[in-house]
Amino acid sequence: MKGRTFFVLLAALVGALAIGALFILLAKSDPIRAYKVMLTGPFSSSFGFTETLVRTTPLLLTGLGIIISFRCGVLNIGGEGQILIGAIASAGVALAMPNLPGVVLFPLVLLAGALAGGLWGAIAGVLKARLNVNEILSTVMLNQIAAQLYLLLIRGILIDPQEVTYGTGVPQTALVTDVVWMTRLIPGSRLSTGFILAIVLAIAVYYLLMHTTIGYRLRAVGAGPQAARYAGINVPFYMALSMFLAGALAGLAGTVEVLGVHHRALEDISAGYGFSAIVAALFGRLHPIGIIPASMLFGALILGADMMQRAVSIPAAIVMVIQGFVILFVVASDVFIRRPELFGQWKSKWSRRSGEVS
Amino acid sequence: MSARIQKLEMRGIVKRFPGVLSNDHVNIEVSAGEVLALLGENGAGKTTLMNILYGLYQADAGEILINGEPVQIDSPRMAIDCGIGMVHQHFMLVPTLTVSENVALGLPSEKGALLDLEPVSRRIVEIGATYGVSVNPDAYVWQLSVGEQQRVEIIKALYRGADLLVMDEPTAVLTPQEAQDLIVLLRTMVAQGRSVIIISHKLHEVMAVSDRVVVLRDGKKAGEVATGDTNPEELARMMVGRDARPFSREARQFDGDCVLCVEELCVNNNMGTPALRGISLGVHPGEILGIAGVSGNGQKEFAEAISGLRTVESGKVLLSGQEITHCTPKQIIDKGLGFIPEDRLHVGTIPSFQIWENLLLKDHAEKPFARGVLLSEKTIRAHSEKLVADYGIKTPDLETQTGKLSGGNIQRLILAREITRQPKVLVAAYPTRGLDIGAAEYVHEMLVQASREGMGVILISEELDEVQKLSDRIAVFFDGRIMQVLPVAQADEKTLGLLMAGLTPDNQATAG
Repeated sequence: MKGRTFFVLLAALVGALAIGALFILLAKSDPIRAYKVMLTGPFSSSFGFTETLVRTTPLLLTGLGIIISFRCGVLNIGGEGQILIGAIASAGVALAMPNLPGVVLFPLVLLAGALAGGLWGAIAGVLKARLNVNEILSTVMLNQIAAQLYLLLIRGILIDPQEVTYGTGVPQTALVTDVVWMTRLIPGSRLSTGFILAIVLAIAVYYLLMHTTIGYRLRAVGAGPQAARYAGINVPFYMALSMFLAGALAGLAGTVEVLGVHHRALEDISAGYGFSAIVAALFGRLHPIGIIPASMLFGALILGADMMQRAVSIPAAIVMVIQGFVILFVVASDVFIRRPELFGQWKSKWSRRSGEVS
Repeated sequence: MSARIQKLEMRGIVKRFPGVLSNDHVNIEVSAGEVLALLGENGAGKTTLMNILYGLYQADAGEILINGEPVQIDSPRMAIDCGIGMVHQHFMLVPTLTVSENVALGLPSEKGALLDLEPVSRRIVEIGATYGVSVNPDAYVWQLSVGEQQRVEIIKALYRGADLLVMDEPTAVLTPQEAQDLIVLLRTMVAQGRSVIIISHKLHEVMAVSDRVVVLRDGKKAGEVATGDTNPEELARMMVGRDARPFSREARQFDGDCVLCVEELCVNNNMGTPALRGISLGVHPGEILGIAGVSGNGQKEFAEAISGLRTVESGKVLLSGQEITHCTPKQIIDKGLGFIPEDRLHVGTIPSFQIWENLLLKDHAEKPFARGVLLSEKTIRAHSEKLVADYGIKTPDLETQTGKLSGGNIQRLILAREITRQPKVLVAAYPTRGLDIGAAEYVHEMLVQASREGMGVILISEELDEVQKLSDRIAVFFDGRIMQVLPVAQADEKTLGLLMAGLTPDNQATAG
């Protein structure tokens, strides 16, 4: 990342937090204390550190998918739904075949999560490619459908029999067999090998996009659809493919949540990662390596916000407001990165104005 | 009626863009009753200078004086208030509104919040009468020809009280006859005490309409002469800084089989109405077939249909005897069709892609550039470096974003890609549009070179001299039909001009 890009993104983040501070004030809390907890909490203990990476993992996986689809010109807002479908598919497969040995079941479960998420994503991809259905609308609506479908399954046929026996009725599946659990990297923490999988996939996505003919075509379709068509590239196919890949990566994020963190599918497992991953992807400049630090940053922000909420008791909604401002500022700051001459123009306009006054 | 602008001066105008000094202490002046031509190649700074005058850009230094008084023009609104009007190359009209509605757009109504088009229409008719142009105020803009739309733009500027009219490349989109009408209109305007600045890179247009010429080169004033005291050769020298390269090509007669045959081709435009109504033509190996016509008469759709980018409604296209009518673009490329598209930036290349990526746009998955799904970067790099050197593409490195190159260099890149693929037929749509003289000369040489190597070349152009200079035969398109295909020897400017306007040379209007 060039120095100027870094500076602009940093300024966007600071700007978003500054406006967020006003909202914290409105909630009658102390923004300085709140931000202090938020910005130092994740880095002040090994718990904070591992929990940051626990949140980084789904952001990174989902964000990689978002990068592929965005690079192909498809604005995929469907991360949430794709995560849920991936989570429930892998939990379902793991629960259905508990007696299979781990070497067989584990890859099968990963495949189920990726394939289910991929097919879910491909619905919107095919609709756009074939019928020119706006993918923003279709993915948002598919999120709703996925959320209800997921609830239906974890409250219905997939609910933990113990919950029924005890009459507690918490909507979650039974624990999946421990042969498919992802190994914890640090004992006592929730950080699993899923994090390593995400990093490996980031490098794989980088190779796919930058060094293969498939990636070349995906990028060509996104950067110049008319030119891609002119050059004989099958534009609709690659649009649909990008959404399949995006869904598959988000589906894997769901799988990792099941196998690495909770060991079961439970309510609200996607936890907004599908949306935050969009911000992380944009913050990482839609680059498969750039998103690694970006998703760590957002992992820390999300954790910090959780901690802040507990420490200074501000409503969770404020946290979402701050995240929203970050999105807005990052997206708006893009114009300064693409058109650095704006700085000069503003400077000269400003100096002329002030010259007139004096 | 005496005009408010008796004399307009721009003094010492400096405008910098990152990496470019677009205007370097430029001085111009224009007086009432005069047409000033601002001549220069693309990138010479003409349009920048006029955008400063119209308040779209701010100068870094220098001043603008009207009747000797300095004025500060910060926005187009202020420019209009000062009596300056501008007609852009691409018209700023809303096609679904009528002429009066377009003229009234953005102006306060006499009845406050209520729309009152009656006085507007009346005034349009008055203005039309003053200058001998008739425009129906109730016509919808989409119904008007390009020439009429341009007149609406001029009337719009006059309605807003323009005393000084700036016109950017005014004849680029007109037939020769329409251009003649425009010149008469401009002369009438200056005869009534107004002044006109035209921006142009066309010598004959400047010679025909202006009183005085200011030549810009690389942002600096390269010369200023009275039009009567100069000639096109001298202007070209001032504009380019050297003599134009002599160029001539002997037209040839071809017989035998065509490499590309088009039979009764019918194609729709984007709105689903017919753009081509039964086109039949063929091009022989080694032949250059020129396609002349005012743009918008089906040339674009023709090029897209034969390259597989547009659905063919009926008719046939044959490439070396094989039918390609309903093939995909990929299949047609593989069968040997090269295409230099009209929109070189967004169709011919991907602007955000690096040079090497665009050079491989069609071949990235072919051996030896890819092994399986992996790109072979060494081979690609060696190949790209060779093309950049062979075709003289000026770029700092292969990783530069293509959109940052000049139009001429982008066209070189496209030529490099298309010609090295050794297609059987090369279609070039408006290949020199917007290019400066040097770059256009290069494109011409490459097309001739391609024909010598045995490619059948189809050259679509609105520049008559280009078509006449390069072609063996010329087909004139009008309203989706071919008016006539004639050997270049019989295609003089007058004949072509009439055919382009849909008239046969004996002045009989044909069905259209």
